[in-house]
Amino acid sequence: MNTAANYLTPDAAVHEHDGHEEHTSHSVFGFWLYLMTDCLLFASFFATYAVLYMNTAGGVSGKDIFELDYVAIETAALLLSSIMFGFAMIAAQGQKQRATLGWLLVTFAFGAVFIGMEINEFHHLIAEGHGPQHSAFLTAFFSLVGLHGMHVSAGLIWMTIMMIEVVRRGLGHQTVTRLSCLSLFWHFLDIVWICVFTVVYLMGAM
Amino acid sequence: MSHSESHIVGQHTAAHADHGHGDVKSYLIGFVLSVILTVIPFWAVMSGGFSKVTVIWTVVTLAIVQIWVHLKYFLHLSFTTEDGKASTFSFLFTAIIIVMVVGLSVWIIYESNAMMMY
Repeated sequence: MNTAANYLTPDAAVHEHDGHEEHTSHSVFGFWLYLMTDCLLFASFFATYAVLYMNTAGGVSGKDIFELDYVAIETAALLLSSIMFGFAMIAAQGQKQRATLGWLLVTFAFGAVFIGMEINEFHHLIAEGHGPQHSAFLTAFFSLVGLHGMHVSAGLIWMTIMMIEVVRRGLGHQTVTRLSCLSLFWHFLDIVWICVFTVVYLMGAM
Repeated sequence: MSHSESHIVGQHTAAHADHGHGDVKSYLIGFVLSVILTVIPFWAVMSGGFSKVTVIWTVVTLAIVQIWVHLKYFLHLSFTTEDGKASTFSFLFTAIIIVMVVGLSVWIIYESNAMMMY
C-alpha cells in the first residue's frame, strides 16, 4: 500500500482493507524500532555527560546552577502532558473527534509549558555567562538536555500537524495509526526525561 | 465502501493494536505511581538530610522503577501478545546495548582517570 497515494485519495485505502490490521501493527512496530535507535543516540549523550560532568574548567558545576524546584515543575508539566496524550488515544480509539482534539490541545499546552521553561532556563544560564562554550560540563549539559528539548519540540510540531489532520479528515484508519506512533514518541520522551532529571539534575545537585 | 464503514474497520484494528491499547484506569494507576516515584527522589535530594550514598541508590532505584511503570502503563509493553513480545525483546536488546555503551564508557574513563593520579 502506497502511503503517499493514500494521502492524496483517502478513500482509496478503504478498498483494500484486508491488509489493514497487519499494516497498522507493522507501522507501529517499525516506529518502535526507530525509537529504540533513538534510545542509543540518547545513551551516547548520557555516556558523554557521565564522563565529562566533573570537568568544569574552574567554572560552575551542577550544584551551582541547578534549581530543583524549577525542574520539579518542568517534570510535572511533562508527566501531565504524557497522561493527557493517553486520554487523547482512548478518545481517538472510541472515534470521538472533539474529545480527541480537546485532549491533544491540553497535551500540547503542557508540552509547550515544558519547552518554554527549558528555553527560559537555557536563556538565563547563557545570560549569566554559563553558556555551552565555557566548560566540558556545560557543553555536555546543553547537548543532552537540548537534544531532549529538540525531540519535544519536534513532537509539538508533529502534534500540530496531527490536530489539523484530525480536524480535516476525522479519525480514519491511517490517522489513528499515526496518532499511535506519536503517542509512543511522546511517552518515550517522558521516559528519557526520567533519566535526565535523575542523572543530570538530582545527582548533579547533590 | 462508505465512510462510516471505514471507521468501523479502524476501530476494530485499534482495539487489537498492541501499543495504543489501554483504558483510563491503567493510565491513572500509571500516573499516580509516577507522581509518587517522582516526588520521593526530589524530596530525598532537596531535604538534604540523608547520606550521599543512600540518596544516590534511592534516586537510581526509583528511576528504574518509574521507567518500568511508564513502559507497562503508558507504552503497554507486554509478553502476552505476539507483537508485544517483538516490541519487548527489541527493547530488552536495546537496554543491554545501553548498559554496555554507558557502563563501559564510564568504567574505562574513570579507571584511566584514576591511573593518571599515580
